[in-house]
Amino acid sequence: MSDGIGARVERKEDKRFITGKGKYTDDIRMDNQAYAAFVRCPVAHAKINGIDSSAAMAMEGVIAVHTGPEMKADEIGDIITGWSITSKDGSPMQCGVWNPMVTTYGRYVGDAVAVVVAETQDIARAAAEVVELDYEELPAVAAADVALTDGAPQVHENVPGNLIFNWEIGDEAKTEAAMAGAHHVTELDITNNRLAPNPMEPRSAVATYDEAEDHYTLYTTSQNPHVARLVLSAFYNVAPEHKLRVIAPDVGGGFGSKIYIYPEELTCLWASMKTGRSVKWTSDRSEAFMTDAHGRDHVTKAKMGFDADGNIVAFHVDTIANIGAYVSLFATATPTYLYGTLWSGTYAMPAIYGTVRAVHTNTVPVDAYRGAGRPEATYMIERMMETASREMGIHPAELRRRNFVKEFPYQTEVILQYDSGDYFKMLDEGEKAADVAGFAARKADSAARGKLRGLGYSTFVEACGIAPSAAVGSLGAAVGLWESCEVRVNPVGTVEVLTGSHSHGQGHETTFAQLVSDRFGIPIDNVQIVHGDTDKVQMGMGTYGSRSGPVGMSAVVKALDKVEEKAKKIAAHTLEASEDDIVIENGEVKVAGTDKKMGWHEVGLAAYIAHNLPEGMEPGLKETAFYDPLNFSFPSGALICEVEVDPDTGVTDIVKFTAVDDFGTIINPNIVEGQVHGGVTQGIGQAMLEQVVYDETGQLITGSYMDYCMPRADDVPSFTLDHTCTPSPLNPLGVKGCGEAGAIGAPPAVINAITDAIGSNDLQMPATPLAVWTALQANKTAMAAE
Amino acid sequence: MTNVSMTVNGKSVSCDVSETTLLSEFLREDLRLTGTHVGCDTSQCGACVVHVDGKAIKSCTALAVSLNGSDLTTVEGVGSASNLHPMQAAFKKHHGLQCGFCTPGMIMAGIDMVERYHAAGQELTAEAIRHELEGNICRCTGYHNIVKAIEEAAGTMAGQKQAAE
Ligand code: FES
Ligand code: FES
Repeated sequence: MSDGIGARVERKEDKRFITGKGKYTDDIRMDNQAYAAFVRCPVAHAKINGIDSSAAMAMEGVIAVHTGPEMKADEIGDIITGWSITSKDGSPMQCGVWNPMVTTYGRYVGDAVAVVVAETQDIARAAAEVVELDYEELPAVAAADVALTDGAPQVHENVPGNLIFNWEIGDEAKTEAAMAGAHHVTELDITNNRLAPNPMEPRSAVATYDEAEDHYTLYTTSQNPHVARLVLSAFYNVAPEHKLRVIAPDVGGGFGSKIYIYPEELTCLWASMKTGRSVKWTSDRSEAFMTDAHGRDHVTKAKMGFDADGNIVAFHVDTIANIGAYVSLFATATPTYLYGTLWSGTYAMPAIYGTVRAVHTNTVPVDAYRGAGRPEATYMIERMMETASREMGIHPAELRRRNFVKEFPYQTEVILQYDSGDYFKMLDEGEKAADVAGFAARKADSAARGKLRGLGYSTFVEACGIAPSAAVGSLGAAVGLWESCEVRVNPVGTVEVLTGSHSHGQGHETTFAQLVSDRFGIPIDNVQIVHGDTDKVQMGMGTYGSRSGPVGMSAVVKALDKVEEKAKKIAAHTLEASEDDIVIENGEVKVAGTDKKMGWHEVGLAAYIAHNLPEGMEPGLKETAFYDPLNFSFPSGALICEVEVDPDTGVTDIVKFTAVDDFGTIINPNIVEGQVHGGVTQGIGQAMLEQVVYDETGQLITGSYMDYCMPRADDVPSFTLDHTCTPSPLNPLGVKGCGEAGAIGAPPAVINAITDAIGSNDLQMPATPLAVWTALQANKTAMAAE
Repeated sequence: MTNVSMTVNGKSVSCDVSETTLLSEFLREDLRLTGTHVGCDTSQCGACVVHVDGKAIKSCTALAVSLNGSDLTTVEGVGSASNLHPMQAAFKKHHGLQCGFCTPGMIMAGIDMVERYHAAGQELTAEAIRHELEGNICRCTGYHNIVKAIEEAAGTMAGQKQAAE
């Protein structure tokens, strides 16, 4: 079937988006709708002594002003974290309490203090401006390493020294011993810059309380509406699950930032009950910079030991991770089990040890952002490899090849066991596609024009498809990370797939339909994917961590297996044949080797007419499956970046960017390539453009697109992509996940290329023209002094 | 409140709006044309691009009252699901969109640049497209397929113009 697995079909969902008919949360308008605006803490740390809302309440059109203490009095729960981490001394992590609206202390600029509900958005915003806060400003700290110093301001009283946990992974004694015996040790101080995720659609919520039914409905910008419902019910105490419907309609990108169940969405639900109105809140971009969970923000000291042949003998890591003012949902898993477990990279490392200190600061919470922990690990490892190759005079590709994992499955020193891969092949293909052989000539040509040319490598492996429920449970997760699917065959043979995965750009309406088409030979137009509504879809875990392929699609396959089995039974009975002889292809159900057959739709009809079913069979053709993965899946890739630097200005041009990835089985190449394009662009953004800046008092300096540099069309090249394929042996389709690969692999490739061009390893992200020029000058001075 | 009358997607509309109502708000809230999106508050992202009297503008940066008598086209007005504009068709064909949030602005900016270059007799190269897209941010696609889509649509639109002449 031309619509099946591997087909480059155009997306089914596109028509509504290209004609302006998408339905995003802010497009929804309820009868009786009012608007919320938040009064926010204007400084990074403050004791709120009083809130005077009289001027706001006096404004025409203002319906109510509500505060944190009122929420507390209504027993609305505090914002939770979903993963507890144990420190290396065995003590549980310590974290501050996150009230959805401030009860006493505001702890970052933007912390919600009160909500105004008004007839229009303009009135709500204007009224929020005149709510007066009586507050006392307290000392604040924004940088994680500063927060750990003696005498640093305390963000939470119950977290001494601002240290949430000091976690370790690996074998310390073995690593120290191996490091001591190393022939060469490469050391690097590495900063992983803080980023703002910036999906183009700002967060939004429309909440409605139905008093007669005692029932709530929430439309919201969520990557995981079922998890939102669970958390809002079980932890935030809004309403029991059967009295709360959460709908995530079209969602304009997420990248992690829409996983979390934030104070604003919760407050809208509560405020709709308080006011008896539908309450809508839509973030503006400035508010998004202030309140959407940020990403990354690590400071690391890393050491890698090699023997005389360039084989890695030991790797040692010491990381400080900025968690922000409160511990967000996945904030503790991101710099630990999604980071430390990837420290072996694509290499066979015999000894690894490291610690991660997680720290409270007076900044917005930091949580998973595209890649979540894996970009931080990859950036560190791949910069170490490139730096080591330069120090030891071994070509960077050669040094990587010497150390690549050669056999699979491979058990790392840091928990994970890689399923499959062929790192040599992907690097070979990458070097070919990037025309590395022609680089010297291109470099000479650049030099003739007064330019510096550089080539940078990055080979990565990541863990996708989070994850076996029991395994993550043993590591501290509060939930299981399976996925669900229900496949309904209608009496006319069309199919509905209800999935717990959520699409916010990933194209599930097409790729999930391709799985059905592949199985039964029916066109994808006869398949409808239903997702994002807790009233329609059984419980599901949502989309993040590149899990919709390896986990979500595996659930689809499992449900399709059950449907196929029943359909074959019905056909065998009708056609008076043995079940084993029934084959389904091209929309027909046939008895192999004969001309006996039924149309697919006839089987559907037979199931529902139910006049002639096998003895004891229930009518209907609809099956549900829950799939719990056996392991993570491990996509890998080789990325090669070529840059040209203008030494007079530091302006860097990416002249070519090549990515050869191994995602296992690919369902729709168009969509996979699109994911790589977008991921690489975010990676280039991190490497060259993006940086959230808080000043030392905790004021947010980068609060708009005027100050925070997003990658634009002019900043990136067209990409050269290719794939290798080692199917994952651990899920039925052999898929590995592709959503985060680009963001994980790209930053070190870019920085390695720039440092190659300028001949200095001393460069941090983002490599702005000023940073590159400064590094060049420092290098010149150092060379002159030698 | 001031009364404004304009033509929007070929239909005349007349409404009372406040002096501070932005065109983007007017389209989304008063006319319920929600295809025009708002992605920022500093005129940077281009999710809100519409055409006023044949020229692309950022609707978040214009006041509705200032456009009395104008002829407006939004993404809803350039084509329909059964009769796509070549730019819309090219975005679909080349997978030029993922979440779709930036897409209306991209399509409107794309049509505008093709028409401007065509009128000026200039070739719209991939490089020119990237440069022209300076005011449109997409967080999903990495622009690769957007550039391809606009390049192809430029060809189709030129062909259609020629055929019409
Ligand atoms: S909303 Fe108009 S430019 Fe961003
Ligand atoms: S498609 Fe999502 S922002 Fe462009």
